[in-house]
Amino acid sequence: MKTFSGNVLFLDRSDINTDEIIPAKYLTEITKKALGPHLLEDLCLEGFTPGKSTRDKQVVVSRSNFGCGSSREHAPWAFEVNGIHVVIAESFARIFRQNMFNGGMLAVELLPDTIADLFNRFAGRRTRLETDFARSIFTFTADDEVLTVPFELSDFDRALVEAGGWVEYADANY
Amino acid sequence: MGRTIVEKIFDRHRIDTPGGDMHVIRLDVVACHEITTPIAINDLVARGKDRVFDPDRIKAVIDHVTPAKDSKTATQGKILRDWARRHNIRDFFDIGHNGVCHALFPEKGFIRPGYTAIMGDSHTCTYGAFGAFAAGVGTTDLEVGILKGVCAFRTPETLRIDIAGDLAPGVYAKDVILSVIARIGVNGATNKVIEFGGPVVAAMSMEERMTLCNMAIEAGGTCGICAPDAITVDYLWEFIQNDYPDKAAARAAFAEYGPDNDAHYADVIHHDVSGLEPLTTFGHKPDQVKPVREMTHQKVDQVYIGSCTNGRIEDLRVAAAVLKERTIAPAVRGIVSPATPKIYRQALQEGLIEIFMRAGFCVTNPTCGACLGMSNGVLAEGEVCAATTNRNFNGRMGIGGMVHLVSPATAAASAIAGHLAPSNRQPEQGA
Ligand code: SF4
Repeated sequence: MKTFSGNVLFLDRSDINTDEIIPAKYLTEITKKALGPHLLEDLCLEGFTPGKSTRDKQVVVSRSNFGCGSSREHAPWAFEVNGIHVVIAESFARIFRQNMFNGGMLAVELLPDTIADLFNRFAGRRTRLETDFARSIFTFTADDEVLTVPFELSDFDRALVEAGGWVEYADANY
Repeated sequence: MGRTIVEKIFDRHRIDTPGGDMHVIRLDVVACHEITTPIAINDLVARGKDRVFDPDRIKAVIDHVTPAKDSKTATQGKILRDWARRHNIRDFFDIGHNGVCHALFPEKGFIRPGYTAIMGDSHTCTYGAFGAFAAGVGTTDLEVGILKGVCAFRTPETLRIDIAGDLAPGVYAKDVILSVIARIGVNGATNKVIEFGGPVVAAMSMEERMTLCNMAIEAGGTCGICAPDAITVDYLWEFIQNDYPDKAAARAAFAEYGPDNDAHYADVIHHDVSGLEPLTTFGHKPDQVKPVREMTHQKVDQVYIGSCTNGRIEDLRVAAAVLKERTIAPAVRGIVSPATPKIYRQALQEGLIEIFMRAGFCVTNPTCGACLGMSNGVLAEGEVCAATTNRNFNGRMGIGGMVHLVSPATAAASAIAGHLAPSNRQPEQGA
């Protein structure tokens, strides 16, 4: 199973699309690793610098409809090879969400109020997330501010994450 | 309750329902090409899972860019070739034997009624013409397909489209599917299977049904599907004659993959094609469709006849009938790419290649080529192409280029006219 704890990158916008996550010109790459340096390369967002802002981050928190656009799996892979295995948002594009779980990663939806609360209290601060996968609890910490947030997963999504993704799940089960 | 074609296929192939509305089904065919498969192969190797579930049920071809045009495409080809060799994949098609996947694999008899197939390619939906369930998938699904011969799908909903009416001369399957996409829109069938039926489909050849199902994805459909019938049996007979005592027996066996009368559909659309004219797209979305008659002001720099939509022998016959004893406009670059070596040879034997060449066409080897703007006819900025392909997306055939999707007859007539033009010539009787 992958690790789901680490430093948090806040992306304060809705509808961050797969072209922004990984531009189409890199679709011809023949390894996942080659995508690494290009994560979020085309994202224009105040306070965000491609390459720099993602360094030493393992978690992304964003707004609604995250991962919309094309169905390319290169988007979750670009996160994966950068060590970002969990994205938390108000909502996800369906295929992006499925692709995250297929890769053994977490795409977790939280209520809009909870997401707003996270942005209000933690955005712009050095924030860390501890994920208790077994008990479905996120704990956000910045300085001495701590917030605990429960989350929900379906049994199948949980099984995919535990297996390490759809390839591993299918290899073990079929 | 009655079942649709795809429900029957799922019921026969389901091995698990792991939750989340997912059905894991067994695959009869896992098809591969050199653009999307190498990344799956490399990932399987990286995971220490460089295995295949069954080399005989994996089909592979180098078709998108062939012969290789640069180091990158050469590497993609090499990864697929080396992998096919080390896993003894017998049905691997390389230079000299290769052709556009969705024309080649059906022609080899690999797709049968009731089959399930996946490929890392959107137009895998073409195979539904045989009464099979076939879907384009992403890399992870392709990896699992290669490794385990299974794939997971959500409960398939079916959109039934009944096509009736009299097709006017000069109007073809391509015009029919463009009219369907124009009617339901590019998202009209998203995540659904489109079951095509009605008298017009029943009268179509397998080639025409493939053209129809090929573009299901342009309306968002996971797969297009036609009930198998006597025409399906005739097409497949050379491959299945040892499996059945006679054609009637094969037909009876395939009847199992027809929809029940009381099948439940997400929606049923009655589509009348009487009075339909030759059509063309006019924008960058395949549902932006107009009669060619209203677009004759549009000059074309290039005409491309080929692809998995309309690069088959019937398409070349129709185009050649229009081009016979004529030459194309001096400002037009005509390119024809027979979709497979068999089609190429047939076109040679029937004298079609001679007609194309006399008309001023360049004849390329079988390949996807210009269809996806990777080789053999990429457009320069501001250039316009009338193409028998399936996608007119912005930049598809080259950055800043415009593609008008048309039938082979319209493509040929446009090459002669130098602008978009409907054909006023029909193929000769029996041609
Ligand atoms: S001919 Fe075009 S649409 Fe068909 S498989 Fe090749 S690139 Fe794709």
